[in-house]
Amino acid sequence: MTTTQALGKVASELQEERNYLNYPKGIWSWLTTVDHKRIGLMYLFSVLLFFFAGGVFALLLRFELIAPGKDIVGPDTYNQLFTLHGAIMVFLFIIPAIPAALGNFILPIMLGAKDVAFPRLNLLSFYVYVFGASFCLYSLVTGGVDTGWTFYTPYSVETNTNVISMTLGVFILGFSSIFTGMNFIVTIHRLRAPGMTWFNMPLFLWGIYATSLIQILATPVLAITLVLLILERVWGIGIFDPAMGGDPVLYQHFFWFYSHPAVYIMILPGMAIISELIATFSHKKIFGYVPIAFSSVAIALVSFIVWGHHMFTSGQSDLASMIFSFLTFLVGIPSGIKVFNWIATMYKGSLTFQAPMLYTHAFLALFTIGGLTGIYLGTLSVDVHLHDTYFVVAHFHYVMMGGTVMAFLGGLHYWWPKMFGKMYNETWATVSAALIFIGFNVTFFPQFIMGAQGMPRRYYTYIDQYQSMHALSTYGTWILGVGFLIMAGYLTVSLINGKKATKNPWLGLTLEWTTASPPPTENFLGNPRQLWGPYDYDKVLMDENGLVIFNPNAPKDDRHAKDENGSATSHKRDGKTTTMKQTV
Amino acid sequence: MNPFSMPEKASNHASDIDALFFFITDVAVGLFLLITIVSITFLWLYRRKGKAFFTSPISHNNRLEITWTIIPTILVFVVFFWGFRSYLDMQVVETDAMEIKVTGKKWFWAFDYPNGVNSVNELVVPEGKPLKFLISSEDVLHSFYIPAFRTKMDAVPNRYTVIGTRPTKQGTFDIFCAEYCGKSHSEMIGKIRVVSTTEYNKWLEESESGGNVSPVEFGAKLYVSKACATCHSVDGSANTGPTWKGIYGKKHKMADGKEVIVDENYLRESMLEPNAKVVAGYQPVMPTYQGILKEKQIDALIAYIKSLK
Ligand code: HEC
Ligand SMILES: [Cu+2]
Repeated sequence: MTTTQALGKVASELQEERNYLNYPKGIWSWLTTVDHKRIGLMYLFSVLLFFFAGGVFALLLRFELIAPGKDIVGPDTYNQLFTLHGAIMVFLFIIPAIPAALGNFILPIMLGAKDVAFPRLNLLSFYVYVFGASFCLYSLVTGGVDTGWTFYTPYSVETNTNVISMTLGVFILGFSSIFTGMNFIVTIHRLRAPGMTWFNMPLFLWGIYATSLIQILATPVLAITLVLLILERVWGIGIFDPAMGGDPVLYQHFFWFYSHPAVYIMILPGMAIISELIATFSHKKIFGYVPIAFSSVAIALVSFIVWGHHMFTSGQSDLASMIFSFLTFLVGIPSGIKVFNWIATMYKGSLTFQAPMLYTHAFLALFTIGGLTGIYLGTLSVDVHLHDTYFVVAHFHYVMMGGTVMAFLGGLHYWWPKMFGKMYNETWATVSAALIFIGFNVTFFPQFIMGAQGMPRRYYTYIDQYQSMHALSTYGTWILGVGFLIMAGYLTVSLINGKKATKNPWLGLTLEWTTASPPPTENFLGNPRQLWGPYDYDKVLMDENGLVIFNPNAPKDDRHAKDENGSATSHKRDGKTTTMKQTV
Repeated sequence: MNPFSMPEKASNHASDIDALFFFITDVAVGLFLLITIVSITFLWLYRRKGKAFFTSPISHNNRLEITWTIIPTILVFVVFFWGFRSYLDMQVVETDAMEIKVTGKKWFWAFDYPNGVNSVNELVVPEGKPLKFLISSEDVLHSFYIPAFRTKMDAVPNRYTVIGTRPTKQGTFDIFCAEYCGKSHSEMIGKIRVVSTTEYNKWLEESESGGNVSPVEFGAKLYVSKACATCHSVDGSANTGPTWKGIYGKKHKMADGKEVIVDENYLRESMLEPNAKVVAGYQPVMPTYQGILKEKQIDALIAYIKSLK
């Protein structure tokens, strides 16, 4: 055993005693922590809680729809169920799920930083989230809301349910989202490890960067819209009230000006995760780094000017509809480019099929269906028929759940060993992934069919013709439910007595795999440098314990050679394999 | 329901939209199969055999990158132009179109015909006659949707929106409300009946005066066709509104504590000014039928209510 190896052993034993999870101790140290990893976990816990709540609402409302007429609840309760399902899933789960929960944990480590740029702002953003969420919960327990998550006027002004506390909650949650976005942008600009240029930064960071841009630019518009809505309800200022010269359709413009970009706040982080997973589990250099990176930014920018495609039947002018339709097609193309690049990444790779890879493939299949069905809805005349039917419901669930949630689950399994230092049970994970994939399709594919047949959305009851498809869709949710239950089971078991995770269980090359699992409070012992590109699987092999082998036959790459100059671990390319302990 | 079909086609725009729908389906299925087949091939060919080792340095290919940007772009532009053109066709209102006012109210559709006739939840139109629907709402947003016509337009308060269409097939088709509007959104369902011109004229006459049926029978018809049935029962059970069974001649308690005898004048007022006296225990949600019910129809409804013992 060489000295470095021995030293490494002592160091890793030290780490075992002290990591961010067990030091400092006590509940207070968690609640007041400014450690991005702990904040990430607290977010993770919260979003999973809301995912559970939103999921229970979904099960209930699907159960109600198993047959026409009343099955378990009346129309008022049903209307609250779908509103709460939507509002909770969008504002409390999916928007914070990847950036604030997984992103908070992993982003600084990937950058080789000790923390985010503004650790205290980060903690504040978490408490603002909790504060906003408690308004939403207050609204839930004091009678709920029945407007749909879109809060369309004039209905939202007239209904006697608890619209104000819900919108106030969403308003507050927006600030949390803005804080996180600002923090990440500054962190990515300022805290990259030495050697990490913009173009050898992991693609996850590009995706989160683009997301953060939208978060800080679009969220204020939502805030203004909701304030106007609240003023309208409280004082009847009349901006959306036709009787006072206002315009209810104006509300829709305002709302979608935020909420369409928000669709990309939800999907871009999912795409960001997929770029990491597909490279790691193909063990292959990512195909088309630059197109993938730039398409994220392109999507972020164009997403601001397509909101009107939600309003093709609202009576807006034909010219406006034409422009919005055109731009909508434009924004679809970068997403297509990404899918092609991900698939090309597998070419000549060395593929393994652990749970994160299974979710990657679930993502690819489902997101592709979600994207392709978007073509129908972007097409003006066809959308007139499909708008506000189950076709739309199926489409956005394929994108949001089939896309973002699958990526989130993939990311959760991928970074789970890093977060908790424990492995989960791969067999059960496979079973659960299969059930979720099948359950998802059984739930949502029939909705395309009944949507094309004319079944409107947000219907408490329906005519008999649609019954078989509705029943099928409900059965699907049961399969999904079982899949998620199994997942909850094996993840809990993993926390209690999971196998100890190594530094680098998936043989990844990004910086988080060079530190211990779980990492120490300061993320790395010493100051990490980026010595190779994040996807240099042709040149570098890092084993489970962080041991690095360089490929003697790899063609010399100028860019990285420059980074390596002067570093302690630079190596001679003399034709012999150089093995060394990763100490950066 | 055949999962691979669209609803029946009953308007002049339906076939064009269906053709485009199926064109997109062909393109989408083609692309999806391509992606899936390539993925599965890669999954099989490049699965890891043995230990992880260095893999190929391939990192991009400009020609490929350009190809898979250009081809989808061309395809979506074709779809865009086709969709835009057929959308413009749908906006055209033919010059000799018959104008029908469509009004959405919580939770039914009211239709006003050019010659003063009106109907609720049942829209009767002659086959082949160009139509102009002038749509608006009296309360919140609704959306007037006829799947068989492939057409839909929001009903917005204080504003008119327009649909131009021409029925091309006789039959009865569904009308839905497609914009969420509260409690009974899913029951805001009507029927559109496309009939021959002679049948249409006969219907116009009958709905005006009841034709030659007795007032009670006419009232029973109106009970359904004017949507009273969505809120009132005739069998004694309470619904959104009170039942009509045996109410004539009884004393009813109002929300303000007063008692009222249910006589002809009270019944009449209940239809025309429903909020003047609100029955105790009920919400004041009944819409006014002022301007919708003709004298003869009010008489018939009163006769019908009186007959329910
Ligand atoms: C949206 C539901 C709704 C519809 C549709 C509706 N009503 Fe009503 N109606 C009510 C409610 C609620 C009340 C009780 C409150 C009130 O008096 O305004 C009521 C009360 C009445 C009463 C008084 C009953 C009593 O027991 O004192 C009469 C008469 C009546 N409606 C007639 C009609 C007729 C005729 C129609 C159809 C042309 C009709 N309603 C359609 C909801 C409705
Ligand atoms: Cu409606």
